[in-house]
Order: sequence, then C-alpha cells, then structure tokens
Amino acid sequence: MSRIHVKEGLARALFVAAAGISILAVALICVFLFANGIPAMAQIGLPDFLFGTTWRPANDIYGIFPMIIGSIYVTAGALVVGVPTGLLCAIFLSRFASGRVARALKPGVELLAGIPSVVYGFFGLVIIVPFIRDNMAGRGASLLAAAVLLGIMILPTIITVAQSALDAVPRKYYEGALALGADHERSVFRVIVPAAASGITAGIVLGVGRAIGETMAVIMVAGNQPVIPGSIFEGVRTMTANIVLEMGYAADLHRGALIATGVVLFVFILLITTLFNAVKKRGEVK
Amino acid sequence: MPAGSPAPGRMPGDRIDALFAAAEARHAKKRRVVAALLRWLVYVGALLTALVLLFLVGYILANGVPYLTPSLFEWEYNSDNVSLMPALVNTLVMAALTLLMAVPIGVGSAIYLVEYAPRGNRFVQLVRITAETLQGIPSIIYGLFGMLFFVTALRWNLSLMAGACTLAIMVLPVIMRTTEEALLAVPDSYREGGFGLGAGRLRTVFRCVMPSAIPGILGGVILALGRCVGEVAALIFTAGSIAQVPDFVGGLASGGLAGLGAEFFDSTRTLAVHMYVLSSEALHVNETYATAVVLLVVVVLLNLMATFAAKKMNKGSKHD
Repeated sequence: MSRIHVKEGLARALFVAAAGISILAVALICVFLFANGIPAMAQIGLPDFLFGTTWRPANDIYGIFPMIIGSIYVTAGALVVGVPTGLLCAIFLSRFASGRVARALKPGVELLAGIPSVVYGFFGLVIIVPFIRDNMAGRGASLLAAAVLLGIMILPTIITVAQSALDAVPRKYYEGALALGADHERSVFRVIVPAAASGITAGIVLGVGRAIGETMAVIMVAGNQPVIPGSIFEGVRTMTANIVLEMGYAADLHRGALIATGVVLFVFILLITTLFNAVKKRGEVK
Repeated sequence: MPAGSPAPGRMPGDRIDALFAAAEARHAKKRRVVAALLRWLVYVGALLTALVLLFLVGYILANGVPYLTPSLFEWEYNSDNVSLMPALVNTLVMAALTLLMAVPIGVGSAIYLVEYAPRGNRFVQLVRITAETLQGIPSIIYGLFGMLFFVTALRWNLSLMAGACTLAIMVLPVIMRTTEEALLAVPDSYREGGFGLGAGRLRTVFRCVMPSAIPGILGGVILALGRCVGEVAALIFTAGSIAQVPDFVGGLASGGLAGLGAEFFDSTRTLAVHMYVLSSEALHVNETYATAVVLLVVVVLLNLMATFAAKKMNKGSKHD
C-alpha cells in the first residue's frame, strides 16, 4: 500500500515539475532579455532609442523608430493582403464548398501552414521581388514585397481560426435567416459572419502576431534599409530583421541595442497576446 | 355598368400593383446581383489561396527537382558540391534531441493540468498563462534568449545542445496544448472505470486514459517536428551554421556511449539554416531550389502523418 503511495506521490511531483517548466521558461526569457536590453536602453536614453529616426551603429546612434514603423507597416500590409483573402477562403470552406472540394482544399491550407519561412522567403526572392522590380517601381525588395509575402504566410492562420469560428455558429441562425426570406449568400454574410465575429477577430490578431514576429522571410524580401519608407516600393527594415542582420558582428552597446530591439518586440507580442486572450474570452462569454 | 368595362375606381389600384411588381422585380434583381457578387468573391478568395499554394509548390518543384543530383547528397559538405547531407543528418539529430526534451515535459504538464490539478488553482492558471505566452513568442526572441542563456551564460557556445534546448522551449506549448486537447477528449467514463477497478490515479492515467489519447498526442509531436525542421531564426545564434555532422561515430568508437558528449556541443547547421545560408550567398541558386524541394518533401510527409494521426483520433472517439 505504502509503495503505491510513494509511487503516486513521486509521479505527481514529476508532473507538477513538468508543468512548472513553462513558468520557469517565461521567467528566464523575461529576466535574460530585460537584464541585457534595459541597460542599453538606459544608456542610449529611452526616448532617443524609441523615437530616434537614425540608426547608425558606427557612430553609436541607435534610434529604432524606423524599425518600429517598418514592423507596423509590414504587418498592416500583410493584413490588407491576407485578411480579405483568408476570410473569404474560410467562408468558402465553411459554407460554400462541396464536401469533395473542401476535402481537397483543407490539406492544402495545412500544407501552407507547414511550409518553412525560408522557403517562403526564397519564393518571395525569386518571384515577388523580380516581379515588382520589372513591372512596377523601385528595386523590388520593398515594403510591398514583404507585405504580399507575409499576407500569404498568415493566410493559413486566418483561414483555420476563422473557419472553426464559422463552423461553430449554430445551424438555427442560418435556418432563421433563410426562413425570413434571405438567400444563402445574404444569410452567410449578414448573420453567420457577424455571429462568428469574435472568433474571426481572434484569428486576425493571431495573424498580426505571426506577421510582426516573422523574421527570415522578411529579411529576404524587404530590402532592410533602416529608414522610414516613403512609398510601398521602397525598402523597409523590421525590428526582427534588425536583430538578425547585425547580431552576428555586434559588440558592446550595439549588441545591447539589438537585444533592446528584441525587448521592444517582446513587449509588442505580449500586448498582442493579451489582446488575443481578451477577444477570445469575449467570444466565450457570448 | 356593363361587366366588361373596368370600374373607374380600379385603374389606380392596378397601376399601384404594377408599380409594386416592378419595384419588387428590380429589388429582387438587385439582390440576385449582390448575391452573385458575394458568391464570386468567396470563390475568388478560395481560388486565390489554392493558386498561391499550387504556384509556390509547383515553381519550386519545377526548378529544384532537376538539380537533385547525387553530389547534393554526398556525405561531406564542401563549397563545390554544397551537399545537404550533413544538414539533413543534423536536422534529424536536432529534432530528436529537441523532442526527447520537449515531449516528456509537455505531456507531463498536460497530464498534470487535465488529470491532477484542482480546478481554479493559482498554479494552474499561471501555467496556462505562461504556456499561452510561450506560444505567441516569435522564434527570433527564442533565438535571442537561447544566445543569452544557453550560449553565453551557460557557456555552451554555438552548439547542437544550445539549439535543441532553445527549440525544446519553443515547441513545448505546442505539445502541451495538443496533449491537453487529446486528454480532454477522453470521456470521463474511462477514468471512472479505472478508479472503479481499484487502480490508482497514475495507473488510471497510463492504462485507461493515455491509450486513446495517443493519436492526438502524436499529432502534436508531428506539429512540433515540423517547426523544428523549418526553424531558422531561433537557430542561427544558438546552433550556428557549421555544415558538418558532429563526429558521433568517432566519439562512440573512442569510448562507447561514455565517449559521446563533446559532440553535442559542436556547432551544427540544420537543413533550413543551410537553405538560408545558400540563398543569402546567392552562389548556388539551383542547389537552393533543390534544397527547398527536400524541405518541402519533409514537410509534406509530416503533414500526411499528422492527417493520418488525426483520422485515427477521430475514429477512436467515434466509438465512444
């Protein structure tokens, strides 16, 4: 009897310890990021760091405002491309597609989610960038290229989350709309989509998180000039790109400034995660 | 009044009816147009998604498959053959090492959350919040953390081990969440059966609950594997980019299993990192396409396995 008790207690302790690992991991990540980033921020001066528009490590000038704006522009562009397409595709899968078509498209969306970001980046490099250079304006590696590529990359996130929100709308909503004389399209767009709004919003917020955190694909197509772009055909550098491009050779304050860029990105992500949870909770209460 | 001629008072009524009918027809027509438009929009959205996928995969296959030459798979990498073999082997070793750490911890946490934890417990809430936070953190932040913690603070240098530990933290929430879902899908009657037969909690979990949750857990593991295979940003500052397989064979030969150890602290380049390096060098475009093909094939295989596991899971729960 007591041997079983010992075994049970031991197992329980192990499971508790395992669960504790995620707390430990988040704590460690926070401590190490902040401990290495905040001194650099203080040395540069927080306002100069966040709102300085010049990034010139050779002269010890570290203003990441262009990169913050770059991340926001690129993410907004990705939403413009990805949200309408993704939402319409989710509506198609949920309410328009025949069983066979849905069975063919769904694995495709899953594959789109599984393709590594380097492969996306390479695709952008050999297709999207030359296309913009030859048919539109500028050198190709630009805000537009990054926005289109990221728009494609967040498609699966938006489609999957929006589709499960649409599928979860009770059948009686649709039938009620039909009974009131609405046709199929009208019922879907005026009744089902609004009913799934919070789930769809959650998907979009998740897409924002993915777009703002994406690194390798953006580096390969965005041009990476650390200035605020004047048009969508000009190059742009995101916070993520800033870190990867220069971390390899950075030292001292430069290294600290790059880690501090990571801290700012981390804070952005924490805000987005909080927003996501708030939206999700609102959906559940309803 | 003769019956044939219309009553003077009825003319306006007819005209009103006619007007109503015309308005209704116009309205119905407008609604049909709107409906058709919406329908077409939806079709275009789906078509666009499908076309992007087909074009991307098709383009890479068309440009890469012709360059899948034997020299690309030679055991030793050099700048002439740009062989992907070392990177492929490193990817397997890295993924195995990552899962070896992440799966027990992730499954253990999920078991605690679903089977042991009292509801509304503070600790449980904290675990859930931190797991959700981990899930949202982008890979570059993991890379930074791994560089600061494993590489610098623990002095592991750029190494297989530092990379695997970083990846393990990154995929931990994926495994936790899928395992939790799989465990929650097991009906309570299974647990009651176990307890009813006098089994303790541990035995009930492993003998009654886990077997039917295995396909779901497997799905999560495959998802995690996919992230390991495709990851670059978390690895370039933790595992580095040396295109060699650590000398495991030599280590084994010199001292058996005990001889292994130092090899885990060698810098290694996984397949995705390899592809990134090739593409930024821009010297071997054809080989980059070919490497992308190999990556895609791995991803497709993993997806097929995940679908298979999900199917098994659904079949299992339908019997309940």
